[in-house]
Amino acid sequence: MSSSTAVTPNSSRRLKAWLLSDSPESVFHARCQRFYLGWRAFSTNPIAMIGLLIIVSLVLIAAFAPLLTQGNGTEQHLSDRLSAPSGDYWFGTDELGRDIYERIVWGARITLYIVGLVGILVVPIGLVIGTVAGYVGGWVDNVLMRFTDIFLAFPRLILALAFVSALGPGIENAVLAIALTTWSPYARLARAETISIRNSEYIMAARLQGASGLRIIYGHIAPLCISSVIIRLTLDMAGIILTAAGLGFLGLGAQPPLPEWGAMISTGRQYLLDQWWVATIPGIAIFVVSLGFNLLGDGLRDVLDPKSGSGA
Amino acid sequence: MPADPVLAIVGDRAPKEVYEAMYIKLGLDKPLIQQYLIYLLNVLQGDFGKSIMTTRPVLDDIIRFFPATFELASVATIAGIFIGVPMGVVAAVRQGQLIDHIVRVVGLIGYSVPIFWLGLVSLLIFYGWLGWLPGPGRIEVYYDGIVDPTTGFILIDSAMQKEWEIFRNALSHIVLPASMLTTFALAYIARMTRSFMLDQLNQEYVITARVKGLSELAVIWRHAFRNVLIQLITIIGLTYASLLEGSVLTETVFAWPGIGQYITNSLFNADMNAVIGGTVVVGICFVGINMISDALYRIVDPRAR
Repeated sequence: MSSSTAVTPNSSRRLKAWLLSDSPESVFHARCQRFYLGWRAFSTNPIAMIGLLIIVSLVLIAAFAPLLTQGNGTEQHLSDRLSAPSGDYWFGTDELGRDIYERIVWGARITLYIVGLVGILVVPIGLVIGTVAGYVGGWVDNVLMRFTDIFLAFPRLILALAFVSALGPGIENAVLAIALTTWSPYARLARAETISIRNSEYIMAARLQGASGLRIIYGHIAPLCISSVIIRLTLDMAGIILTAAGLGFLGLGAQPPLPEWGAMISTGRQYLLDQWWVATIPGIAIFVVSLGFNLLGDGLRDVLDPKSGSGA
Repeated sequence: MPADPVLAIVGDRAPKEVYEAMYIKLGLDKPLIQQYLIYLLNVLQGDFGKSIMTTRPVLDDIIRFFPATFELASVATIAGIFIGVPMGVVAAVRQGQLIDHIVRVVGLIGYSVPIFWLGLVSLLIFYGWLGWLPGPGRIEVYYDGIVDPTTGFILIDSAMQKEWEIFRNALSHIVLPASMLTTFALAYIARMTRSFMLDQLNQEYVITARVKGLSELAVIWRHAFRNVLIQLITIIGLTYASLLEGSVLTETVFAWPGIGQYITNSLFNADMNAVIGGTVVVGICFVGINMISDALYRIVDPRAR
């Protein structure tokens, strides 16, 4: 919301008055107001702001990777292999003389790719199964929820291991395996929300007006589930990153020469005692990013979900 | 990673007849549904098939590898409880103060750090640089096999047989891997203890206790904490179960001969019976631990009956 920087103080004051007026004129106006108020609450939370800063930097680094580096992280300089961090190679080089700094920068893209893809897969699956189970109820609810329980019962990494071993290693299969093991809590969440709003009066009103079940679920129930699902997703992002890195570390995620951070740690392991930077620096990257998502998720929960406002 | 189980057994130079004989022997010519049903039937009878890698029944392997994982997870959970619970209580009592923020940040770090990386870094520092602790493995090679595996827990077996040298050695080996798992357990336990404690401290009976003039220590530990204790049972159960998962990566890093390493090693040898058997057993433990903690909860908390 820094759009007021280029405008005159007068119009910035008018913008603020527009954002804070107590009688919104349109749906758009109301949405802007809610966003602004949410942002005001969010921006006073320093921990959440640090998280946001980390994530924004990650996105920027990924977007401008070609500008930040000279190659794409896969060029080998065999004469400089395993050289320590220096002016030429800020983070040192790995066993094939590849610049670790470049690989970290390009690895940001892979991390975002994994996280984004898992999010895109998981949220719709969870929402559909959860809202339908909650709204329809009865045996449909029973069948869908027992199915969800099966996935909930297994530890995530081990189930993902089993999936990847069946599907074969690779980044797409790792994403698929993580998504298959991640969607179940979203279905539970969406179901719980649906049940709590299913019998409210505005749903009755919509039904009296002749809205079909499908329309009620997608027009009136699902939008209300979105905010809790998104908070959960932000909190889960760190877990997704760690699982993906774990799969990469075991050699089941992204395959060489892709600069995936977990896989980089795995190769660096052989040189751990003599060339510590090969394994440790990618780990710091994973740690910082997953910390960022955790901080952001914590802050978002405080802002978007007033029920659990006792957080800080 | 070879994906063909037949190739994994006969090797890729085997003549066609040998390959086909093995293909039929493994039952791979039958329809998938039939193969699946046969497998299910066998599992129900406790038969997970044979491991290609060790040529022993998978169940025997699992029984042999499981105690190492269980020992590791137990040490980590116990340490997590003894550090995490007081941290959570103190954070709740001093809500919003410096110590609360420290606990929160420690918790977030515990959640965010990749456990396998932390393991490598701690190996680098405490084994490589400082030399305070031994390297990977469960025990020094020359002590291997001296203690009879009565329970399978080296710490308990060596203590029972009064082999204190071996006990000390095993203890020094378990410190690092257990600390890795403790980091996670600690974060979770401290966080949940804090939020349960906050719930209790805002209740009216706490005010009554204070009005009666009880000391702050008595209010916190004898009244509020006792109610938290019941809720903590579930949390500790969940921690235990999730440590089984965390052990896959930790065991790989520390060459810990447990179930996690067994599963990953089998995975790379296309030893599918072992992978699926291991996964199913861990899943059963996961569900079992959760059921036990649910049952305990009902026993301890009269309201939940």
